[in-house]
Amino acid sequence: MELTRRDATAALAALGATGGVALGVRRTTDERRGRPGDGEELPDDEAVRTAMTAVAETMYPDAVSGIDSFVGAFLDGRLDGSPHGEGIRAAVAEVESAARSWDDAPVADLSPADRDELLRELGADVAEENPDGTTAERVRYYVVNELLLALYSSPTGGELVGIENPQGHPGGAESYQRGPP
Amino acid sequence: MSGAESVGDERSAADADADEAIDRTPVADADVCVVGAGPAGALVADRLAGDRDVVILDAGPRFDPEDRLARQERAIRPSYGRPDVWGMGGARDAHETAGDRTYPLNHARVKGVGGSTLHWQGMVMRLHEEDFNSGSERGVGPDWPIDYDDLRPYYAEAERELGVSGASDNPYAPPREEPHPMPPFEPSYSDSLFAEACESLGIDMHSVPNARNSEPYDDRSPCVGYGTCQPVCPSGAKYDATVHVERAEAAGATVIDRAPVEQLEHDGDDRVTAAVYATPDGERHRQEADAFVVAAGGVETPRLLLLSASDRYPDGLANGSGHVGEFFMDHLFVGAGGTLDEPTRQNHVGFYTSACDQFYDEADESQAPFKLEFFNYAGPSPVEMALTGDDWGDALAERLRDGYGNHVAMGGLVEQLPDAESRVTLADDRTDDRGNPVPRIEWTVGDRALDTIERANEIQVSILEELGADVEWVAGPDATGPAYHHMGTTRMSDDPDRGVVDADCRTHDLDNCWIASSSVFPTSGAMNPTLTIAALALRVGDDVAEWLADGS
Ligand SMILES: Cc1cc2nc3c(=O)[nH]c(=O)nc-3n(C[C@H](O)[C@H](O)[C@H](O)COP(=O)(O)OP(=O)(O)OC[C@H]3O[C@@H](n4cnc5c(N)ncnc54)[C@H](O)[C@@H]3O)c2cc1C
Ligand code: SF4
Repeated sequence: MELTRRDATAALAALGATGGVALGVRRTTDERRGRPGDGEELPDDEAVRTAMTAVAETMYPDAVSGIDSFVGAFLDGRLDGSPHGEGIRAAVAEVESAARSWDDAPVADLSPADRDELLRELGADVAEENPDGTTAERVRYYVVNELLLALYSSPTGGELVGIENPQGHPGGAESYQRGPP
Repeated sequence: MSGAESVGDERSAADADADEAIDRTPVADADVCVVGAGPAGALVADRLAGDRDVVILDAGPRFDPEDRLARQERAIRPSYGRPDVWGMGGARDAHETAGDRTYPLNHARVKGVGGSTLHWQGMVMRLHEEDFNSGSERGVGPDWPIDYDDLRPYYAEAERELGVSGASDNPYAPPREEPHPMPPFEPSYSDSLFAEACESLGIDMHSVPNARNSEPYDDRSPCVGYGTCQPVCPSGAKYDATVHVERAEAAGATVIDRAPVEQLEHDGDDRVTAAVYATPDGERHRQEADAFVVAAGGVETPRLLLLSASDRYPDGLANGSGHVGEFFMDHLFVGAGGTLDEPTRQNHVGFYTSACDQFYDEADESQAPFKLEFFNYAGPSPVEMALTGDDWGDALAERLRDGYGNHVAMGGLVEQLPDAESRVTLADDRTDDRGNPVPRIEWTVGDRALDTIERANEIQVSILEELGADVEWVAGPDATGPAYHHMGTTRMSDDPDRGVVDADCRTHDLDNCWIASSSVFPTSGAMNPTLTIAALALRVGDDVAEWLADGS
């Protein structure tokens, strides 16, 4: 099933392009590019996109195509200088740093099996999401769940599991009346 | 994440600066001071604002409409609890529970402009005629000092104000003179499955009135199917009280947010003189007015009266009867659900479209009135399921496909009788962020309600079985919980010894103080309360207007 820009727009329409869940806080800074932290440069938007797309290939079912442009368009909205956007960037930096020290390569260059393994070793599979938690919990929140939320609140993602008007998607007040296709 | 942190989250530096620029000082020469900006306070204020100087004080913030999508994301993401969605929790909202059952108060209310309707589901029914005469018709509880006929025109008006979508196909509903303002929402696909089962059992299904737009209404969007009505509707299709707060402001009313009223002051002539409120800068102010309307919800209203105790009124303001805080009631949830071996198309929208009031008026001494609901949101929502679990990729998609799709469920509400031991008091030694004793809730539920839950369960299970469902859960007497409707704590009675307010919702003890809230309900019926709250609020507005016009 092909993910389209329309899906990304829909996911953004559902989740909001600005600020994620940080309420009342809009673009306070225009700090879009890397900010040094712990002696390491944070990834720029392009690098975040590349890494998130790579992770999405692991997160999303095989039947899904068009991941690259879907994730790109979604992140165009979310990487907006808001604290949530910066949280994504920082969590991606942690994933990248683990990839480099354990596998000696950026996450996008890992094989699907190694990528899966990396995220599990980080603990993102068993962690509960928490924006202020441990590395595993932050990666779960800002990377894994960010991508799953984008997919499964979009019409195509919903359809994949049997609901073309998933929660969070303003898919109209008719679909609930219709029987199964 | 705790509520406290989440409240903190909402305060950015920019907001703090903006706060400083907001004038929260009292309004000079106000005619009316309304405490609480939920639907009750908002409707009273809107009613009076054109002709009178009205001030509304609310304990909570004014929420930015732009944040609604972010709140929706909080509703979906597992790291946020329900109270976090609207910033409930922390020291401001601390409370104590005692008694048989715990009461999750901060799941059950929102503080801020719009009040609990920001979170509510928006189901709006009229009480039945017999609900106003429970004592004489059913042999239990007091009669209300007013009848359905007294409220009937106000019900019609409340339906127009809130914007209600509904039909006149319910043979069990009380008489109405005109259609609902908007056509009903069509039945859901799962309603059609239930309909067959109900038909063979001789059980009637009918539409249900929704305070959400089935078509554009009042400059607000029709429902677009976000499916997160409870706890947030990003489109504004679901009514919330910001509608009437904004309208009141446009007509000249002043709204002061983040201004918890800590005390009502009075003079020696049984009149309230001022509402003493706090502001975020740590200051205290006095809002004077000719008339006061307390509309702080069914828990904070009695709390404020108790906090206002003085030498003249040592047991609390308006508490000559001793009943302030007593008779705390909620509706009891009754439900059952399971799965079918076919798709049921749940969770497209967050509200229900069919109900059954057939058994409601069977009520007597031993059986409470109850109503049944056919859910459109049974079972898990895939997007929420996706965010927990240790799988991803194909395995996750497989789990979502397995977990979603075949659920069905029914809900319902049951009346509980008023009982003086079920009550809101002040905690002995626990205080809130301002140093005021927090509310203490002792919620008890009697046998009539518990027995009725069993009866309702039997009907629900029989319908589900007729449908061919595997019944997987039943919320019976042990698993029941509150529906978040706070009633009874300042009950209405003609007799000053038996009630806190009179038939006009004016306090017996103070000439210029009204209460607009479900706290005035002497008995609760089993219908969601807010349409009745709205009708009473409009009536309070008229009474206050008349009283002011008569030269106070
Ligand atoms: C999850 C949920 C679902 C619900 N679903 C339904 C439904 O489907 N149908 C229905 O009829 N009802 C429903 N309700 C109940 C409904 O929300 C309430 O009946 C209604 O909001 C009550 O209106 P109110 O104005 O009396 O009080 P509220 O809406 O609670 O407003 C009270 C206001 O007073 C303010 N306040 C409190 N104390 C003070 C103080 N000391 N000083 C200043 N301000 C103060 C608060 O900040 C608040 O804004 C639901 C409630 C919840 C929580
Ligand atoms: S389904 Fe609920 S949340 Fe969505 S638009 Fe309709 S009323 Fe609002």
